[in-house]
Amino acid sequence: MNKRFLINKIVLILSTVAATVGLIFLFWILGTLFMKGLATMNWSIFTNDLVDGGIRNLLVGQFMMAIIATVIAVPIGAMAGIYLREYSNNNKLAFFVRNLSDIMMSAPSIIIGVFVYAIYVDRVGHFAGWGGVIALAIMMLPIVVSTTDNMLSLVPKELREAGIALGGSKHKIIMQIIVKAAKVGLMTGILLSFARIIGETAPLLFTSANSQFLTFNLNDQFPSLTVSIYNLATYPDQASKDLAWAASFVLTVVVLIINLGGRYLTRNKHK
Amino acid sequence: MTGKLFKDFSIFSAILILIILAAIFGILYVYASDAIHTFGFDFLTTSSWQPGEDDDGGVFGGYIPIVGTLLATAIAMIIAVPIAMGIAIFLTEVAFPVLIKPVSIAIELLAAIPSIIYGMWGLFYFAPIIQHTFGGSGVGLLTAGIVLAIMIVPFMSAITKDAMNTTPSVLKESAYAMGATKFEVIKDVIMPYSKTAIIGSVILALGRALGETMAVAFLIGSIMKLPSKITDPTTSIPVLLANNFSEAQDLELSSMFYLALILFAVSFIIISFAKFYFLGRRR
Repeated sequence: MNKRFLINKIVLILSTVAATVGLIFLFWILGTLFMKGLATMNWSIFTNDLVDGGIRNLLVGQFMMAIIATVIAVPIGAMAGIYLREYSNNNKLAFFVRNLSDIMMSAPSIIIGVFVYAIYVDRVGHFAGWGGVIALAIMMLPIVVSTTDNMLSLVPKELREAGIALGGSKHKIIMQIIVKAAKVGLMTGILLSFARIIGETAPLLFTSANSQFLTFNLNDQFPSLTVSIYNLATYPDQASKDLAWAASFVLTVVVLIINLGGRYLTRNKHK
Repeated sequence: MTGKLFKDFSIFSAILILIILAAIFGILYVYASDAIHTFGFDFLTTSSWQPGEDDDGGVFGGYIPIVGTLLATAIAMIIAVPIAMGIAIFLTEVAFPVLIKPVSIAIELLAAIPSIIYGMWGLFYFAPIIQHTFGGSGVGLLTAGIVLAIMIVPFMSAITKDAMNTTPSVLKESAYAMGATKFEVIKDVIMPYSKTAIIGSVILALGRALGETMAVAFLIGSIMKLPSKITDPTTSIPVLLANNFSEAQDLELSSMFYLALILFAVSFIIISFAKFYFLGRRR
């Protein structure tokens, strides 16, 4: 056989092997997670708080912090995205905001936790749910900026021109025509960024910390699913480890469902 | 009037991003300034982490966590880059068309799984295997590096695959028409075309691995000791912060902020480098 064809065969086989190895590991993780999760799952964990061996307060806490963070980050991020795409004419400010926001998006999440500790926890003197909310909002902000920027860029110029021809003022054109046209894409982006912050642990470790009890008071230590998984998994007793697996399973299912939901929205759009 | 308000709010939001970023640098520096003034740049090469009497003073150095971070990241990159490239090549040129979509979606979903899940899986399933094979406690640099690699592979292969897919099929078809083998098409057409984007994605993954906390926290051992061999436990900057930050005070806390500042500055530089030199400026 010709040497060229031999090399070709070898490389293609190597790449298939690499892909198989990678995929085996990835499905191994998912497989054990589902097996372990289903084996340790039990409906009573949804009705008990951590103090009684359940995760009800943790789910409530994690969702509450992520939802409030979303409520804070989405308007600010979307407005920043609107500025970049609709008002800035790609000036110097837009150049800086766009690129620095992208860089902030990849910043280590633990740094955000350290930062919020300094600006908030250190000031009020104790861990508090608001700290977690601020940290998650800071994490989410650049993702929303970039999504809005990208989605608005897909709206055809003709729609803007039609708005101007109708005599609409700039902000009415933006809110009633452009944002409406980009609605599905924006929703998907927000869902995906929500999926990303709901699984975060590092920014919560020393901002909201954790709590064993159900609470709605964001000025107090706040229960967190991910922080609890980190603690429970390292406890020596089997019951804690089982609860950590069940909690991880629930978290993964939530994240995957939100992701698939986001995909489903965009899929319908293209049909 | 509302139009003016709307525009002002949008400008304010955009500027707020810059303010937050500047505030992160500023605040980290202010809180780290005690340690910076006490230790200066010797901090980077000092390997002791000793609180003084009554929590007063003490000698702190970042050498061990810095080395631990770099080594764990290096191991992860050495493993992850070939596998991610393999997956990307497989998905663009080798796989049957029916396989491409489900495998791509699976990989993207895996990239979305929270890192704490990878860490926990590593602790309970992977560390025992390492322990069985190499002895020791099972947790350490090697375990952390491998699980970190597994974690960044989906991210890296997804971007690399997208970059490879941007190669115009006319170019590929011309090469095939000349009698080129698949490998030659990959090496001489696809790689040169998508090279910069691929390097950019590798650097982005590198930045992600450097700052990863939870996957590593379970697995690196969290011991303030220089590793003498690859399976030894040690610590990294994010892990040290995650485990010891809330108990630290005074100079030790300030040293933690110093480490955080170093990590933030390094990842900032790496990510900007990836963006500006390899991924192109977004317009």
